[in-house]
Amino acid sequence: MTGFKLLLRRILPQLITLALVVGLISIMFPGFFEISLANGRLYGSPVDIFNRGAPVALLAIGMTLVIATGGIDLSVGAVMAICGAVAAWGITEGYGLLPTLLMALAAGLACGLWNGLLVAFLGIQPIVATLILMVAGRGIAQLITEGAILTFNHEGMIFFGSGSLLTVPTPIIIAILTGALVTLIVRRSALGMLIEAIGINFRASTLAGVNTRVLLVAVYMTSGLCAALAGIIAAADIRGADANNAGLWLELDAILAVVIGGTSLLGGRFSLIASLIGALIIQAVNTGILLSGFPPEFNLIIKAVIILIILVLQSPRVRTVLAFLSTARADAAGQEKKVVEP
Amino acid sequence: MPHGDARQPLLHARGVRKIFPGTIALDGVDFSLHAGEVHALLGENGAGKSTLIKCLTGAYRRDGGDILLDGESIDPKGTLDAQAYGIGTVYQEVNLLPNLSVAENLSLGHQPTRFGMISVRAMNARAREVLSQYGLDIDVTRTLDSYSVAVQQVIAIARAVMLSGKVLILDEPTASLDAHEVKMLFDVVRSLKERGLGIVFISHFLDQIFEISDRLTVLRNGQLVGTEVTAEIDRVRLINMMLGRELEHETRAHGKLHEAAGDPRLVFSGFGRKGRIEPFDLSIHAGEVIGVAGLLGSGRTETAEVLFGVAHHDSGEARQDGAPVSLMSPRQAIKAGFGFCPEDRKTDGVIADLSVRENIALALQARIGWMRRIPDREQKAMANDYIRKLDIRTPDAEKPVGLLSGGNQQKVMLARWLVTNPSFLILDEPTRGIDVGAHAEIIRLIEELCAQGMSLLVISSELDELVAYSHRVIVVRDRRHVAELAGDQITTGNMVRAIAAPEREAVN
Amino acid sequence: MISKKALVGAGVLASMLMMSSSVMAQTVGFSQIGSESGWRAAETTLTLQQAKERGIDLKFADAQQKQENQIKALRSFIAQGVDAILIAPVVATGWDSVLEEAKEAEIPVILLDRMVDSSKDLYLTAVGSDLVHEGSVAGQWLVDTLAGKDCNVVELQGTTGSSPAIDRKNGFEQAIKGHDNIKLIRSQTGDFTRTKGKEVMESFLKAEGGGKNICALYAHNDDMAVGAIQAIKEAGLKPGSDILVVSIDAVPDIFQAMAAGEANATVELTPNMAGPAFDALAAYMKDGTMPPKFIQTESKLYTQADDPQAVYEQKKDLGY
Repeated sequence: MTGFKLLLRRILPQLITLALVVGLISIMFPGFFEISLANGRLYGSPVDIFNRGAPVALLAIGMTLVIATGGIDLSVGAVMAICGAVAAWGITEGYGLLPTLLMALAAGLACGLWNGLLVAFLGIQPIVATLILMVAGRGIAQLITEGAILTFNHEGMIFFGSGSLLTVPTPIIIAILTGALVTLIVRRSALGMLIEAIGINFRASTLAGVNTRVLLVAVYMTSGLCAALAGIIAAADIRGADANNAGLWLELDAILAVVIGGTSLLGGRFSLIASLIGALIIQAVNTGILLSGFPPEFNLIIKAVIILIILVLQSPRVRTVLAFLSTARADAAGQEKKVVEP
Repeated sequence: MPHGDARQPLLHARGVRKIFPGTIALDGVDFSLHAGEVHALLGENGAGKSTLIKCLTGAYRRDGGDILLDGESIDPKGTLDAQAYGIGTVYQEVNLLPNLSVAENLSLGHQPTRFGMISVRAMNARAREVLSQYGLDIDVTRTLDSYSVAVQQVIAIARAVMLSGKVLILDEPTASLDAHEVKMLFDVVRSLKERGLGIVFISHFLDQIFEISDRLTVLRNGQLVGTEVTAEIDRVRLINMMLGRELEHETRAHGKLHEAAGDPRLVFSGFGRKGRIEPFDLSIHAGEVIGVAGLLGSGRTETAEVLFGVAHHDSGEARQDGAPVSLMSPRQAIKAGFGFCPEDRKTDGVIADLSVRENIALALQARIGWMRRIPDREQKAMANDYIRKLDIRTPDAEKPVGLLSGGNQQKVMLARWLVTNPSFLILDEPTRGIDVGAHAEIIRLIEELCAQGMSLLVISSELDELVAYSHRVIVVRDRRHVAELAGDQITTGNMVRAIAAPEREAVN
Repeated sequence: MISKKALVGAGVLASMLMMSSSVMAQTVGFSQIGSESGWRAAETTLTLQQAKERGIDLKFADAQQKQENQIKALRSFIAQGVDAILIAPVVATGWDSVLEEAKEAEIPVILLDRMVDSSKDLYLTAVGSDLVHEGSVAGQWLVDTLAGKDCNVVELQGTTGSSPAIDRKNGFEQAIKGHDNIKLIRSQTGDFTRTKGKEVMESFLKAEGGGKNICALYAHNDDMAVGAIQAIKEAGLKPGSDILVVSIDAVPDIFQAMAAGEANATVELTPNMAGPAFDALAAYMKDGTMPPKFIQTESKLYTQADDPQAVYEQKKDLGY
């Protein structure tokens, strides 16, 4: 049970933040919690948050691992565009669902391999290495779609964007399954610890015999694979591959999700579930803004202010102050019974 | 510069103290520098050289003592402040801006201006003039990084002298220079000396110390060992001062003479890497401790690094129990049953934010592979076992190792390798920077391990430590293995002579 | 890029045909912004098509979203001594000097689709669409269709602050002004993309009683409308009947939706800017007729009655 308690303590700030954001929305928009069934699919604003948050959540899974190694992957948005384009191309060319999906996932893995090789074997700084694909990726996607939105009407493919399993929208299922699977793999195997070790001290990890380079490549490939899934969902959602706009700026949302999730950009200790909650927080803010009915000119300002407040509240200094205030209050209440350690 | 110079020193530090949590980095150190003098500052890693420099230049606030400049007490608040007092510093890594021009680097922060605009022509002219005093006739409009490190060094010196002009501190300026460049640098140093500057010179190249310095001060473990006139001291005495032994014929404490039985476990022949360590031959038996003695930068750590595959060897071969073994990476070395506790625990050893348990399990886990995770229960048992065996002082196995003291971190490093059950363990300065109690425990442990049949290679600058547990001692100097001592030959005196001897082979 | 190669090939072919034909043949340089959208690709296709039909030798230069490339292309056209230059300028400012060079060389310049902030005598004419007018055509359609019935409208704006978003919003509002039966109840940006169009429509539906309060959707472009149509369908409503859908651009995909009865009307932003441009040019070359400084293209309204399937077939290969 202690493991569960530790986990709860780790993700408590994120859970509280999510609850606060959702609470704020439900005050402004009382019908928020109404959930119904439409076309055999769960329907309602909370479902939207999960459903719309799924691509960023998927990206955040890969991004968390990359950031834990002390790196960053700026290319995920562009990789989404590439993989979405591959999926749309494959399905319109009539390759069939399974081969098309495999091709799209393979494209994501290939992008991750490219990033990983640049970082691990050529020693290029991750922010620079992944910037290359961030810039070039949309061009590659445009080559595949030939500059237009490549639309398709394949029911099997559309299922990944707007279908549902047991009333739960498919993107939510994919994101949750991927999150659970990756968590299981990194925590049940030794990968999690090895990744953290690399992020904290690369040289010391190498000297301890950790296969640092291969692990780095694997981590970037995981990020590419997650981006591929997100790209397939994004394309299936609108039944078309939009090379210009698919996943645009989502790499920043993914990084933000990881940061809100409390993983340090310097690498080291990470929590996948906290990043996933971070992605939900971001999407809750987005959905809340849309529901609020404010003019669109205020969207970015409102979002920025809310994110700023979240990050300030989570910053170590403010948390120290808050902890101090709460203990001071407890002390005052408890007649100064508490023994303060030196 | 006579020893008992009656003149008032230019810079005088009295009883300087600096305390870091858990250690006393400087314990009442005195240091004086005269105008027109080159004063060398010596000591092993962690002796307190750089702490003293940082206290002098205000990079650290000292916790006690006085610093007098021209007889007046000063208290620099930072390096800029120290510069204003007249104390300039040039570090081994040139800390100028490589992508600015030479002239811009020289005048950065106080560019000549004309109508409020920087006058490039005046700036370039002034830079050319300044550098000509140093015998440098170069194109000052080219970027700094288009010149060699030596030239950059001189430019950094020129800037420091221009800005401060009384005291120049050179922190290992020659570490990355070749012989020709060193000569050029020394010409500059001599001319500055003639101009009356006081120069503090830090280096671990003894030849250079003897060539350039007038006096020298030796620090050890944060304490002043002594200040001597360079011309009046010989190499052996200097090394004794540095390594802290007043010893001539100390013999082995317990004549544990080991006759190597049977075939050696490991044989390295012609093993080496260009620029790091000259090819050497080395054979190691089971249950044998090989000591490695040498000064900092002599090639002792480099020896360990080529053996462990950190630096790929480019000559020679290794055989384990008679069969060739590839050692091109730490992973291969670990596969062969090697372990390596590096000298710099912080950057090369512990993973600070991971727990004691994870740090201990790391090497074993890496060897098993990521797929087969060592179950938590086993990891805990393993960690607790070694916390008890090695007496690691930690509240529990889940504490981040970065929060432990140096000695306990060292024990965690040892535990990391011991759980892999290595056949050959390399320890680089295992007792540096740890308290006396832990020190003794680690030495006891080394003896225990070798009694169990493990082979060890231990690098240490504590010579009597090497005497206590080594079956053989390799002496390293100038990136070469210069001597191998065995049995009765293992005395600190022999080691010091072998380290000191500039030309001849020391032993027998 | 494949299509571009084909285009260049077609251009070369056209020029070869031309050499053997009459002295009336002209050489025209065309500096295109790039291929950032399907509409832009269609504009390129149609320009090449129009040139070929008229026996004009079109020299095509893709600027890849960079003004410096466009200026370079213009200088090279001037150096080659072309008879006229068409340009779709990527930005509005910074054209004065190169336009003056063209004027000195007596080469008429025609702006396509976008305007520049230079003096009007530096170019022959500008061909473009009136964005405000487009919005009002869409609004007028809604007014006519409703015929006085009460209707709550939701609006999907283009990228906040962009001129199409501002103008198309204004035009629509002008058209519905004074018709109190039409109320604009929600307006939010969908960034001109399908994904955002769908996401924002989902929130509109939630916020307005599951869509029961919404009678019509006005989207600043077809892509957002296509996304929103999916959202409406997923909410269990019928786009096109439960919620009327009107949008702007007339890209092929909206005609498919119209053919399926899921969209009601679209206002065409014609990619054929070159046709009117070549007409004006021909008149100017023939007897010096000065065209007006702004030639407004037709903002044609398409509804389900205009055989959308046929329009789709006709448009789908233009490169949209």
